[in-house]
Amino acid sequence: MSPFMTKSLKLLGGLAVAATLGLGMPALAAGGHAKKLQEAEFSFEGPFGTFDQAELQRGYKVYREVCASCHAMNLMSFRNLGQKGGPFYDERYSNPNDNPVVKQIASEFEVAEIDPESGDEVMRKATTSDRFPSPFRNDEAAKASNGGALPPDLSVMAKARHDGANYIYSLLQGYDPEPHGLTVAPGQHYNVYFPGDLTSAWTGDHDKVPAGGVLAMAAPLSDGRVTFDDGTPSTLKNQSRAVAAFIAWTSEPHAIERKQTGVAVLLYLLIFFGITYLAYRQVWRGKH
Amino acid sequence: MSDHPSTYTPKTGIEKWLDARLPILRLAHDSFVDYPTPKNLNYWWTFGGILSLCLGIQIITGVVLAMHYVPHIDHAFDSLERIRRDVNGGWLIQFVHSNGASMFFFAVYIHMFRGLYYGSYKAPREVLWLLGCIIYFLMIATAFMGYVLPWGQMSYYGAVVITNLIGAIPIVGPSILTWLQGGFSVDQATLNRFFSLHYLLPFVIAGVVVLHVWALHVCGQNNPTGVEVKSKEDTVPFTPYATVKDGVAMILFLMLFAVFVFFLPNALGHVDNYVKANPLQTPAHIVPEWYMLPFYAILRAIPDKLIGVIAMFAAIAVIFALPWLDTSKVRSMRYRPVMRWFFVLFVITCCLLGWCGGQLPEDMVFSLGKDTAGHAIGLKVVHLSQILTAYYFAFFLIIMPWIGLKEEPLPVPASISEAVLLNHTKHS
Amino acid sequence: MSEPGNDGDKDPNRRDFIYIAAGAGAVGALAAIAVPLIGQMNPAADTLALASIEYDVSKVSEGQQVVVKWRGKPLFVRHRTAKEIQEAQSADVSGMKDPQPDSDRVKAGKEQYLVLVGVCTHLGCVPNMSGSEYGGWFCPCHGSDYDTSGRIRKGPAPTNLEVPEYAFLSDTKIKVG
Repeated sequence: MSPFMTKSLKLLGGLAVAATLGLGMPALAAGGHAKKLQEAEFSFEGPFGTFDQAELQRGYKVYREVCASCHAMNLMSFRNLGQKGGPFYDERYSNPNDNPVVKQIASEFEVAEIDPESGDEVMRKATTSDRFPSPFRNDEAAKASNGGALPPDLSVMAKARHDGANYIYSLLQGYDPEPHGLTVAPGQHYNVYFPGDLTSAWTGDHDKVPAGGVLAMAAPLSDGRVTFDDGTPSTLKNQSRAVAAFIAWTSEPHAIERKQTGVAVLLYLLIFFGITYLAYRQVWRGKH
Repeated sequence: MSDHPSTYTPKTGIEKWLDARLPILRLAHDSFVDYPTPKNLNYWWTFGGILSLCLGIQIITGVVLAMHYVPHIDHAFDSLERIRRDVNGGWLIQFVHSNGASMFFFAVYIHMFRGLYYGSYKAPREVLWLLGCIIYFLMIATAFMGYVLPWGQMSYYGAVVITNLIGAIPIVGPSILTWLQGGFSVDQATLNRFFSLHYLLPFVIAGVVVLHVWALHVCGQNNPTGVEVKSKEDTVPFTPYATVKDGVAMILFLMLFAVFVFFLPNALGHVDNYVKANPLQTPAHIVPEWYMLPFYAILRAIPDKLIGVIAMFAAIAVIFALPWLDTSKVRSMRYRPVMRWFFVLFVITCCLLGWCGGQLPEDMVFSLGKDTAGHAIGLKVVHLSQILTAYYFAFFLIIMPWIGLKEEPLPVPASISEAVLLNHTKHS
Repeated sequence: MSEPGNDGDKDPNRRDFIYIAAGAGAVGALAAIAVPLIGQMNPAADTLALASIEYDVSKVSEGQQVVVKWRGKPLFVRHRTAKEIQEAQSADVSGMKDPQPDSDRVKAGKEQYLVLVGVCTHLGCVPNMSGSEYGGWFCPCHGSDYDTSGRIRKGPAPTNLEVPEYAFLSDTKIKVG
């Protein structure tokens, strides 16, 4: 093989490397995109971030008073509210089932139970070990009450969407006025952050299809919708932020423990690496 | 090693007693203590040990997860969440297992590219290579079935798409598909059998790994020069030399592993898998896990269903044939100035195929403007995939045999010791 | 095989220290890994969130018992007859294997109701109401015989049937757990 060919092959290889590095994301197709999410800059972001307990409490209140009338949280039990890192955790009660705040919250609800004697369904007061009651008996009932759309379970919602906490935060504030030229069906609501493709509903300029999509949920929050007990101003922004933080917590209640363990594990491995590397140098001395 | 007499001498009475009955300590000593390893092995050779570690981690965490997992379509998703929420340390074990699969494939790809670059598949190591290919194939099967178990949307539609590949086979395809799924769709029967096989296959892998290591110890390890071991001067005993080097690499690997487990546990997964499987609605954009993306791109590059499926399986099958496709007299690409660049191009091709597999086929790689009808023109992902697929197969079927005959290799050192000495003079 | 690093080694103590430290690092890592792998077999948080049940004892007619499931185990709620109460109270405690007066095993003023965890203290079987010489329970597995207060009188069981933690919420309603 000639040196020229070797050279050209090297050039080819170099070009390929350059092409790989230079290759960006594909150009966005027209329409079918949502607006870039707002950044809430939550306290729990980053490797050392933790949840703000007061914010989680506010978030629980927003969920309880607004979201819970349609959205279930089937994976959550009342006891979870009092576990380490939870909104009502109190270090005096290492067992969340003993936490009086959690007990009080649970006792405000009734859950169905089969009476062991009669076999009838009877209602009893909820206990800390009970799951959050669902707002509807079943999915079909939920759909029937919501114009055919099933309100999704929110337990893991922050994990089930890209950049979930910011997505929830943005979506709740994303009910912009409908742009002129957009046909929105009855029972549907325009939201700039909802993923969708509005091309077919758009009568305006083909190149200027508005961002976002339409969804069955009407704007659930508004200024003053929930009264915060700690005096935080009840703005749409604060409500959205609090409930997004709360759902981020319910999606992964052990997230903080995970990150803290990670810091310790990495430190251990770093020291272990240092020692082992010294041992390696020692062993291989004079052999290289 | 056939040409390496055992140096094990039992010291205590118990050791002597055992050695006369089951010489297991002798085997361990000869295989992992006194086993001669080429002294010039670089860090790319540590991935064999790292892969054993990965297999061990996956089996242990998997056995533990099976104690809590419920293989039922109504409970599987919730049982995974229960593991993450309520089981003591369950979140850790589950994240180690799910990210462990990715780390396993990351390590196996490095291991395979290393074998490719240094010609570790060439005679007399063909069986060693074939066993490795079998392990890789079993890994794909195990990972695929494991990914179905959480019963999220991606799990479900991954299972649907992959089992339907079988349906592409003419005449018998549909019957095999029904047999495989245990019904007319992916359902309870499918989940149950995937769970059973997902538990079984890792032990089969472990068995093939034993054969792989056996075959390795028969021929001895290859090394960066590709020159066979000539004398005792060329080797060092496995322990402590290779063990401590493997140890250093394993710790570094574990640090990368820990970054994913503790700080980016979901980064390699897909958000849709946190949505419970819904057989009535497919997510907008379904993709396999990253380690399968290159094969997915090959599948989609070909517009015909049957040929696409054949191409995808052929892409794996061709790796098995590698020892008989390489015609070069020289083993290591260190001394193959031309082939080396085709190798670099091949690695890039695989990475780009992976990237293509994650995009929609009709997306633009780059746009050159619009035609009169207002449609964007330029290079689409599907076109790039086709070019890359062509190179993937050309690399094995044309370049490998052809360059091997044409290329003029660089001078190869007479022995490993000479290469090491040369290296020292160069650096000092 | 030659000892590693023999040629350039200045201080054998330092060398040994590094090897020992590296070995200790590996042992420490293995121990840390073992903790969650062993700990995961302990009851999970949802299992620990012990459920309590409420039960209306007036549903049990005199001389009968009702078996309710509580924390995965059978719970005996027995409405004792006057004769059974009298037998339980008058029995000589001193000769028993696990001496305990009947008054410690029922709520004052509600002597007719006996609430027990229906698990034989020998090896965990569920005792029957028939076959007892003492009018109480007889365990079919190994013949442990309990009296009308649930005290062990004969057979291999070491202790009396367990009385769970419970309280009367109203005249007829109990809460167990």
